[in-house]
Amino acid sequence: MFTRRQALMGVAAAAMLAAMPALSAAANETEIAALPREKVTLVAPPFVHAHEQVATTGPKVVEFIMPIVEKPVVIDDEGTTLQGMTFDGSIPGPMMVVHEGDYVELTLINPDSNSMPHNIDFHAATGALGGGALTLINPGEQVKLRFKATRTGTFVYHCAPEGPMIPWHVVSGMSGTIMVLPRDGLKNDKGEPIAYDKVFYIGENDFYIPRDENGDFKSYDSHGESYADTLEVMKGLVPSHVVFNGAKGALTGENAMKAKVGETVLIVHSQANRDTRPHLIGGHGDYVWEEGKFANPPAKDLETWFIRGGSAGAALYTFLQPGVYAYVNHNLIEAVELGATAHFLVEGDWNDDLMKQVEAPGPIPIN
Amino acid sequence: MHHHVMEAVLGAAAALAVPVALIGLAGEPASGRDAAVTVEIPAAAIDYQLPGEFLADGRPAAAPSEVRAVDAFRIMKQQVSLADYGECVDDGACQPAAARPGQVDVPVTGVNWLDAHAYARWYSAATGQSWRLPTALELAVASAERFVGDSYSAIADDPSNPAIRWLRQYREEVAANRAPDPEPKRRGHFGSNSLGMDDFGGNVWEWTSTCYERVTLDPVDGSVRGAIENCGVYVMEGQHRTYMSSFVRDGKSGGCAVGTPPDHLGFRLVREEPAFIAKVKSALQRGLTSMFSGTGKG
Ligand SMILES: [Cu+2]
Repeated sequence: MFTRRQALMGVAAAAMLAAMPALSAAANETEIAALPREKVTLVAPPFVHAHEQVATTGPKVVEFIMPIVEKPVVIDDEGTTLQGMTFDGSIPGPMMVVHEGDYVELTLINPDSNSMPHNIDFHAATGALGGGALTLINPGEQVKLRFKATRTGTFVYHCAPEGPMIPWHVVSGMSGTIMVLPRDGLKNDKGEPIAYDKVFYIGENDFYIPRDENGDFKSYDSHGESYADTLEVMKGLVPSHVVFNGAKGALTGENAMKAKVGETVLIVHSQANRDTRPHLIGGHGDYVWEEGKFANPPAKDLETWFIRGGSAGAALYTFLQPGVYAYVNHNLIEAVELGATAHFLVEGDWNDDLMKQVEAPGPIPIN
Repeated sequence: MHHHVMEAVLGAAAALAVPVALIGLAGEPASGRDAAVTVEIPAAAIDYQLPGEFLADGRPAAAPSEVRAVDAFRIMKQQVSLADYGECVDDGACQPAAARPGQVDVPVTGVNWLDAHAYARWYSAATGQSWRLPTALELAVASAERFVGDSYSAIADDPSNPAIRWLRQYREEVAANRAPDPEPKRRGHFGSNSLGMDDFGGNVWEWTSTCYERVTLDPVDGSVRGAIENCGVYVMEGQHRTYMSSFVRDGKSGGCAVGTPPDHLGFRLVREEPAFIAKVKSALQRGLTSMFSGTGKG
């Protein structure tokens, strides 16, 4: 996590850099080889690896390593098990953060213990089906892809093998997010710099678990055994679960997200497959990039924002009141019945000016 | 249908005074079940395009061809029928097929590799013989003039521009424009090939026991430097070669294949001959003298 002070200090450095000539449109291998390299260790969601909001150096090659992990995952409090497929062992896959002009260099590993070919399609990348055509690997193989982050914003990445394998792998958990920040950081609608104290990354997943003749969720011994039934449920387009962070309740209770009154939080919301409409109950989106693309000015003061299936959006909010906030998909049936609810626990002083219970509940006076 | 083997064994027994008791060991059916009609595929050496994906210098390369020899073997004349497969399902040894057309004398389709493998085990037990899926090479030999293999070259046309290959393959597939043929056909509908094997290359693609592999070739001489086998994906042969995940029952689900997807997935089996019989037979085919002179290779 970076403090706002650090972020603001970075602005000066960025202003200096802005005066430098931009990296030529198409750098050659020698030029790229001369760039500084940074190795990033990914962090499981809803957290995000340490990063600068304002770049203090010029473009670099940012190295990431992601093993693909096929494993059963419990997705609700009833013990329903998904034959999961994950980037780096988590649903959603970890969030990567770079700056515009950086090169993302990903080593994707499909360990021998897996059973299926996988790849990765970065919506932030240009060409080769987002890299999918250059990254298809079998169990026991790894591949290294480099792409230049040329557009700023929050972008989905996901597995995209072929045919019906594509949606199946995605709704089995294989999606994540990359955030490409402007080198000089985020700006508000007036073009003024804005920064966040914390970033939370919420990946929303729709799951399609088949049921048995009694209506109970079925479990399977392997991905292959679950495939045909799951495909049938998928084709009905009615998810059995709509969850944040891979499981119903994954961001509640012990794992509720924490903030303080006065803290500014960037909430990145990603959905690789299906439309959703995040809403912070009792709060707002101060600045919201619904489409997630920072070259567009953010919308202000939103109550609910729309995330298109296959995209990630970002909302910046400064908490003004303490309390327990529910962060939901405001299709409330999906929020309450299917699992799309997270919680923020916010500590701090209550602001009577913003809200006060003028009179406590009591009997209705009889006159 | 064991005529051939029986003749061989009896012949050998008479000629060599092989103890008659050995015949009992030699793979006669343990149960009374009639085994499927097979055709004998004579030993052959063919120019064989290797299945899998190939890389040279880190770039896609054309699949190399090699001369490969196969000993004589017997393979089912027809694809396994829906009725025969149904018996395995009734016995609780096979999962129901995903496709269940009204007719009975049609090949079973809607079966994945695991189903085909389970059937081979059940069928071996039911007949007291040893049955298994053919290798891709055996199917290439048995399908003879009907064999197609890979229809498109995977070679990187321009090493500096991978898109040239993607665009070429796309155009080739569009040009091939094979019309789907989803209607199930009676067995025999597509006729026999020159070796008497029916229906190969019709609207049913056939599972093999050959795993998909990615092979690294020497960029200079094209020799194989290393390979990573993925036995979650198997080679299927038919109108064109394709690769399919072992759990897929519907050809449209694809594997890592390019091209118009297979209409249906089915299979036929190879009958393993007990080593002793194969040895005697082989010796008989080569002439008894070679067996005694020790030059016969069994
Ligand atoms: Cu995948």
